[in-house]
Amino acid sequence: MERVAIIGASMTPFGQRDAWVRELLAEAGAAALDDAGIDGDDLDHLYVSNMASGEFEGQTGVPNALAHDLAAQPAYTARIDQTSSSGGAGVYAAWQSVASGASDLTMLVGGEKMTHRTTSEATDVIASLTHPVEYKQGVTLPSFAGLTARLYLDEYDAPRESLGKVAVKNHRNGVDNPHAQFQKEVDLDTVLESPIVADPLRLYDFCPITDGSAALVFCPESVAEEYVPEDEYAVISGIGGATDTHVVHERADPTTMGGVVDSSDIAYEMADIGPDDVDVAELHDMFTILEFLQSEDLGFFEKGEGWKAVEEGVTDRDGELPINTSGGLKSKGHPLGASGVAQVYEIYEQVTGNAGPRQVEADTGLACNVGGFGNCVTTTILEGNQ
Amino acid sequence: MSENDQPVDEPTFEAAEYADGTVTYPPHTVGPNGAERVGTVDLREYEGRVLTWTTSTATPPGVREPNTLAIVEFDMDDEYDGPAVRALGQIAEREDGSGETFDVDIGDRVEPVYAGELREPGAGIREPESQRWDGFRFRPL
Repeated sequence: MERVAIIGASMTPFGQRDAWVRELLAEAGAAALDDAGIDGDDLDHLYVSNMASGEFEGQTGVPNALAHDLAAQPAYTARIDQTSSSGGAGVYAAWQSVASGASDLTMLVGGEKMTHRTTSEATDVIASLTHPVEYKQGVTLPSFAGLTARLYLDEYDAPRESLGKVAVKNHRNGVDNPHAQFQKEVDLDTVLESPIVADPLRLYDFCPITDGSAALVFCPESVAEEYVPEDEYAVISGIGGATDTHVVHERADPTTMGGVVDSSDIAYEMADIGPDDVDVAELHDMFTILEFLQSEDLGFFEKGEGWKAVEEGVTDRDGELPINTSGGLKSKGHPLGASGVAQVYEIYEQVTGNAGPRQVEADTGLACNVGGFGNCVTTTILEGNQ
Repeated sequence: MSENDQPVDEPTFEAAEYADGTVTYPPHTVGPNGAERVGTVDLREYEGRVLTWTTSTATPPGVREPNTLAIVEFDMDDEYDGPAVRALGQIAEREDGSGETFDVDIGDRVEPVYAGELREPGAGIREPESQRWDGFRFRPL
């Protein structure tokens, strides 16, 4: 099996954009082609990670539209939808295409256009991923976060403030990310006094609704230096995908995300490393509680101890294990199909030494992209050549 | 609660039972352990405890606002030793006409109560004919 390198990357500014989905995809795609020094018609495969362009704006067939806009014919194209983890699933598909030998040059572009919809409408589009017995009760993804946060705080005796500190940390990191939707700090009081959205969680425990796109270019490691210098590419040393129950209440322990455990086990084994070897991580903090759950289920911290790591500054940018140096979904924004791609973009920037003011010391980085409420998960491990 | 107490047309709170004794709500085509489905269990006959709850104040189209939801774990018969049987459901409204839902907390005992329409069909994105919209809420005992 070929080892797969990432040789180019880009992301658009995240936030409220005038551009529609195909324009967002083309913006990120063209920039990534430029970054890798290739043209659209050099690509063998072109994937688009997107959850709901049909539902959000009535635009289907986005991979073919993107191939048109980037003159990428006759590349094989496909759309990857795995809800909020469409981006991670796209990384998996792109990796497979090159590792299998089916493609010598693949580009993945993730994107979503959401902000033209009201919060209520966007929430419903996302909630439509739930089982009929959940959907009819009016459940939303934020409701699952509220249910789980209450259980976590009760079970592990964690203070409510610890969740707020995730938001404070990730907003602080987002200040130095020129692509982030919110490039401003928030203080703990603001978080804890913001309006309740899903008790006990408040507005600042949630990521915003976002437009944006991100892209990555993949090739076999054996030819990566034909495109970029050795220290400018990263290698996917491990990748794993897994699912958990569709119905959230069927999980034996609702504070454990089985898909995170299983996908990371696969990725660690492939990379021949363990959680202690990870230098930097991007986690799917769609809600603050998810950063605790993932940091535990990835094996960084013991079950029920993730909140202490945040309290002690372990996950700060200058801490022992920086988490969400990009600002995370919380501050950077969460354009569904783009998020998993943008997570890997940040890790790529970190392990190639191009993260600017956000740079930490990192040879090995991990991205964990979660769909639904842990329903589908992809964990990707990158190694740099610094 | 006896069956005679229920309106004649009230649907059951149907969970599935499999050959290995496992019960799931909702029913699966194939049981969690690959076991064949052999019957149904009516969860109206069981009480449960609140595992956790939330009150959502940002609800989608056609959903009451605020919407208090709980995950309830049913007290199954003594001989049942399968995985926990749970359901997610709305907390019922008080019967004093205030329109407010009952207060609940972790560990509170509750029972299912039937509701003809849990959210307005067709107000949200899902095709109204694709699923049922009646079901069960939970009321504290």
